[in-house]
Amino acid sequence: MTPHMLTRSLDRGATIFLLAVAALGVLIPLSNLLLPAGSFFQVPTYLVALWGKYVCYAILALSIDLIWGYCGILSLGHGAFFALGGYAMGMYLMRQIGTRGVYGNPILPDFMVFLNYSKLPWYWHGFDMFWFAALMVLFAPGLLAFCFGWLAFRSRVTGVYLSIITQAMTYALLLAFFRNDFGFGGNNGMTDFKDILGFNVQAEGTRGALFMLSCLGLIVSFLICRAVVSSKLGKVLIAIRDAESRSRFLGYRVESYKLFVFTLSACMAGVAGALYVPQVGIINPSEFAPGNSIEAVIWVAVGGRGTLVGAALGAIVVNYAKTFFTSGVLAPYWLFMLGALFILVTLLLPKGIVGTFNAWREASREKRPVAASAAAEDGVTEPKMAE
Amino acid sequence: MNVMDTRATSAMLYLDGVHVSFDGFHAINNLSLTLAPGEMRAIIGPNGAGKTTMMDIITGKTKPDEGTVLFDGVTDLTRLDETRIAELGIGRKFQKPTVFESQTVHDNLLLALNVDHSVKGTLFWRGSRAESERIDKVLETIRLTDARNRLAGSLSHGQKQWLEIGMLLAQDPKLLLVDEPVAGMTDVETHLTAELLKEINKTHTVMVVEHDMTFVRELGVKVTCLHEGTVLAEGTIDQVSSNERVIEVYLGR
Repeated sequence: MTPHMLTRSLDRGATIFLLAVAALGVLIPLSNLLLPAGSFFQVPTYLVALWGKYVCYAILALSIDLIWGYCGILSLGHGAFFALGGYAMGMYLMRQIGTRGVYGNPILPDFMVFLNYSKLPWYWHGFDMFWFAALMVLFAPGLLAFCFGWLAFRSRVTGVYLSIITQAMTYALLLAFFRNDFGFGGNNGMTDFKDILGFNVQAEGTRGALFMLSCLGLIVSFLICRAVVSSKLGKVLIAIRDAESRSRFLGYRVESYKLFVFTLSACMAGVAGALYVPQVGIINPSEFAPGNSIEAVIWVAVGGRGTLVGAALGAIVVNYAKTFFTSGVLAPYWLFMLGALFILVTLLLPKGIVGTFNAWREASREKRPVAASAAAEDGVTEPKMAE
Repeated sequence: MNVMDTRATSAMLYLDGVHVSFDGFHAINNLSLTLAPGEMRAIIGPNGAGKTTMMDIITGKTKPDEGTVLFDGVTDLTRLDETRIAELGIGRKFQKPTVFESQTVHDNLLLALNVDHSVKGTLFWRGSRAESERIDKVLETIRLTDARNRLAGSLSHGQKQWLEIGMLLAQDPKLLLVDEPVAGMTDVETHLTAELLKEINKTHTVMVVEHDMTFVRELGVKVTCLHEGTVLAEGTIDQVSSNERVIEVYLGR
């Protein structure tokens, strides 16, 4: 990222959002670790892990907003990329268990011993090294997205058809990962993690660090998204979203743009999944469930698509509500509430929370005296770099 | 115009024996047409005559069943897709004005500029003075300088038509295909558009599809009348409009 891309991408809303995330990323772990347990301002450890989960969901929501809000690609299978990133991290964590597993096998994870594997499958090699696993966190979802996108976008599959095949993709992966002989732990997935980079995953210090890293992940993802959408490429994406064939007649290779942004988005979702797994302590095939991907799309719709900040906020707000409502007497009705929320947002707030707020602010700005706005317009004679 | 040996024709655009049918309906039937470099041609014809389909073929949106379509004497357009054809230098204005409504007038023109259209090029793009100057010049030509920061979606119908012509200018293609540029315009706007197209024609080859006969007359160029996917008559506006078969087609049988 060059300096001019950075300055161009930081408007006021973006700056406030980044500062807020950075502040929470530092304050929450510090309050958890430094203040005495039971103090009013001390954040309990379980909340650190819970909010860490929300932050990972926020990264996933950003990745969906990048393709849906700015390029009109509605993926109903983005949970698959999230889960693949999670599995890559899970494989690393499994290899770190070593002889501390139930069966004490230094090479084979417990489930492989249980399933009578005689040696490590070839695709498990290298996952004992963190750098390799980290690379795979990006590479596995990225490669799948690239291949999938290459086929789909070149064939000009768009709109609802594309949404359906993304859904089919995640469902196919769900079925594959359920199989014991697929080599990823089948139905049970991977759990009982011990260490990450030599630190105990259960320790409060590690949890705090993982929370900080998740916030850092959110900040970096947000900056990447902002840099993309505020570049000229972002304008091309919006052009493709609004009038795809027109963009072709101007000489833009639409499929290349879609492929670029789709692959980038899948890598981001993979990072979100990789940060998520050590914090929740388990990864299993249910992460591929189509419902998860649809839920993530709802977060973006609620927060406001095409706003980035809204997507991240939507993920946090809806998941907070989910935690709140699924732990009380209303628990059996959560899915109905989620459905109702989606319908209400679609009908009453089609731009989502942040989108509606922005539109309201824009409208109140236009009501100001003409002289002020004319003066403001004079200032924008250069191409709209600062937008 | 110097004609090189490799060129099959000296024409800017050369269509010969083109056929297209959709589910048995012959939209284009043995269509042959040539456009000389620097020429402006008006295409008229009743609804369903195949005017828009012809533009679809030239720009790669529709593939003909048979026939030859050559651009600049050498390039077979039937093998290329829309993006490649646009890159070669064929620009198109649609019948229904198609601008990027949620972006500003300035950004619409910026998107249309014929600069690096690759993913990498646009991601690391930085504005240059030359680009800004070109956009300013186009804005002046299409009289939208004051509206540069307005959203394209908020423009009037006529202004959108002009913006789309402006986008063609920014694209600076060798051949401009202009589909119904004055539909929905006032008389004054129509007159200004005719002036604008004549100005553009000084440096570009232009093909205009239009129903408005006053406008076509004002352009004062060679006219081709299409009917049922083939050329019915060709010549000056007076010759064509006095052609008995043209009158028959327009007034009904």
